[in-house]
Amino acid sequence: MKRPAHLTEPRWVRGALLFLALGFLGLFLLLPLITVFAEASSKGWALYRDAIADPDAWAAIRLTLWVAALALPLNLAFGVAAAWVITRFRFRGKQFLITLIDLPFSVSPVVVGLAFVLLFGSQGWFGGWLENHGWKIIFAVPGVLLATLFVTFPFVARELIPLMQSQGSEEEVAALTLGAGGWQILRRITLPNIKWGLLYGAILSNARAMGEFGAVSVVSGRVRGETDTMTLHVEILYNEYQFAAAFAVASLLALLALVTLAAKNLIEWRDARARTRHDSLSQSASGNVTLAAAASSPGRVYS
Amino acid sequence: MSSRSDPAPGHAAGASPRRTRAGVLPGFGASMGYTLLYLSLLVLIPLVALLCKSAGLGWAEFWNIVTAPRVVASYRITFGASLLAAAINLVFGAIVAWVLVRYPFPGRRLVDALVDLPFALPTAVAGIALTTLYARNGWVGEFLQTWLGIKVAYTPIGIVIALIFIGLPFVVRTVQPVLEDIEGELEEAAASLGARRWQTLRRVLLPMLLPALLTGFALAFARGVGEYGSVIFIAGNMPMVSEITPLLIVTKLEEFDYAGASAIAVVLLLLSFILLLCINLLQHWQARRGGRPA
Repeated sequence: MKRPAHLTEPRWVRGALLFLALGFLGLFLLLPLITVFAEASSKGWALYRDAIADPDAWAAIRLTLWVAALALPLNLAFGVAAAWVITRFRFRGKQFLITLIDLPFSVSPVVVGLAFVLLFGSQGWFGGWLENHGWKIIFAVPGVLLATLFVTFPFVARELIPLMQSQGSEEEVAALTLGAGGWQILRRITLPNIKWGLLYGAILSNARAMGEFGAVSVVSGRVRGETDTMTLHVEILYNEYQFAAAFAVASLLALLALVTLAAKNLIEWRDARARTRHDSLSQSASGNVTLAAAASSPGRVYS
Repeated sequence: MSSRSDPAPGHAAGASPRRTRAGVLPGFGASMGYTLLYLSLLVLIPLVALLCKSAGLGWAEFWNIVTAPRVVASYRITFGASLLAAAINLVFGAIVAWVLVRYPFPGRRLVDALVDLPFALPTAVAGIALTTLYARNGWVGEFLQTWLGIKVAYTPIGIVIALIFIGLPFVVRTVQPVLEDIEGELEEAAASLGARRWQTLRRVLLPMLLPALLTGFALAFARGVGEYGSVIFIAGNMPMVSEITPLLIVTKLEEFDYAGASAIAVVLLLLSFILLLCINLLQHWQARRGGRPA
C-alpha cells in the first residue's frame, strides 16, 4: 500500500490534504450528527422518553413503519421485474425505460407530490370519482404510500441492473435447456445469485422510505396522529419550538441512518471479500471480475 | 446499455418470431407488464397530469407565472446556491476521495462509511441539525458570528451549507472508484519521463478524473436544485432573498393555486431532464475515457 516517494506527494502536502478532508467531513457531516444526539439528550432522559412515548409521536412512528413495510415488497418485485426485463431481453426503448427508472433521482420530491395532488386531489383527474366511491388518497395514508413509492422504487432496480448485467444469463439459459420453468429459474438460479444485491437495494430503499420528507409533506396534509410520518412530526415539533422533542424523534431517524450505513458497509465488505476469493480461485476469470466491478460502479453512484 | 450479455440471437433458433427478437428466457411479458404498469402509475401518468395542468394555462399566462419577479428571484437563489455548493463539493469531494484512496490513516474505513451519511440521514433531520448548529447560539454559528461577523442560518449562506451537506457524497462516490482503478504504471511512466509530481497530477491524473469530477458535480447540482427538506429549516424563507423554488411550489399549492404551482414545477422538471441528459452524456464519456468496455 505504501507508495514510493516519487509517486506520492511531499509529507507536508499529504498532511495538509488529510487535515482539509477530515476537517471538512468533521464540520459538515460529523458535527450535525453529534448535534442531533446532543440536542435530543439536552433536556434529560425523562423528556426524551415522553417525546417518543407521546401518542402523536407513536402514531407517526407506526405510520412510517407501515408505509415502509408496504413499499418494500412492491419495490423489490419491481426491481427484480425491471432488472429481468432490461438485462435478459432485447427490445426497443430499453434506454428510455432506464431513463424513466432514473427519473426519481433528479426530480424534486415537491414536484412529485404536486403531480399526485393533481391526479388524486379533490380537484384532480380521478379525485372526484374516488371521493364518490369513498376513497381518499391525498391528505390520507394512500397518498403517503404513493409518494414514498415514487422516491424509493429505483433503488432496488438500480442495484440489480448492473449486477445481473455482469452475471450474464448463461446459468438461466442452462436451466431452461434442462427443462426448468420460469418460476423455478427465478427461485433456484436468479434469486440466489442476486440475494446480496437485493438486500443492499432493500436497505437503501428502506432508509429513503422512512426518511422521505418533501414529497410526503405535500400529499399528507399533516393530520396529527393520522397522516403524520416521523419526518413530518419532527418538522411540526420543531416549528412549535419544542426543540428537544423534535430532536428526540429525529434521533430515532438518525439511529436508523447509522444502522443503514453499518449494514451497507457490512454487505460491501462481504461482497469485496467474496470477490477477492473468487479472484484467487479462478485467475483466468479475473477479466470478468473487473468488468463486474466496473459495471456496478455507476449504480453505486446513485446510492 | 450494451447488448453484450443479452442472449445471442442464435439461441432462439426455432422459437417464435417474437421470442427471437426479445430473448429465450421466459417471463418477458409478465415482468415487462409489471414494470410498465408500475412506471405508468407512478411516473408517467402523474407527470402527464402535471404537463396538462400547466398547458391548460395557455402560453402567455404560463410565461407570466414563471417569470414573475418573486419566481425569478427564487430561480436565482436556487441555482446560485446549488452551483456554489456543487463547486465547493467538487473541490473538497475530490480531496476527500483522494485522501480516502491514497493515504492510509487510522479510522479510514469509518470515515469512508461516514461519507454516505447524507444519503441515509433524512433531510428534515439534517435540516434541523444544521440550523441548530449554524444558528446564532449554535456551536458553529456563534463562532462565525463573533469572530467573522457572518450570519449563516436564515440567510442564503445557510442554503449553501445545507446543499453542501446533501451533495458531498455524490462527488466523492463518483470520483473514488475511478481513482481506485487508475494503475500506478501511468504515474511511474510520467515520473520516469521527468515529470514533477505536480505535472503528473495536472497532465496525467486530472484529465483521467475529469469526467468523473464533472459527473459528480452535475449530480450534486441536480440534487441541490430539487432539495427541499434540509433547506427550508435553515433558509429563513424570505421571499426574494432566501426562498427556494421548491418552496414556492409548496406555497402556491397551499394557496390552492394548482395551475401556478404546476407551471413552476414544469420549469424545474425541464431542468431536471436537461441535467439528466448531461449526466448520461458525461457517464458515456467516462466509460470511453476509462477504456472500459462500455
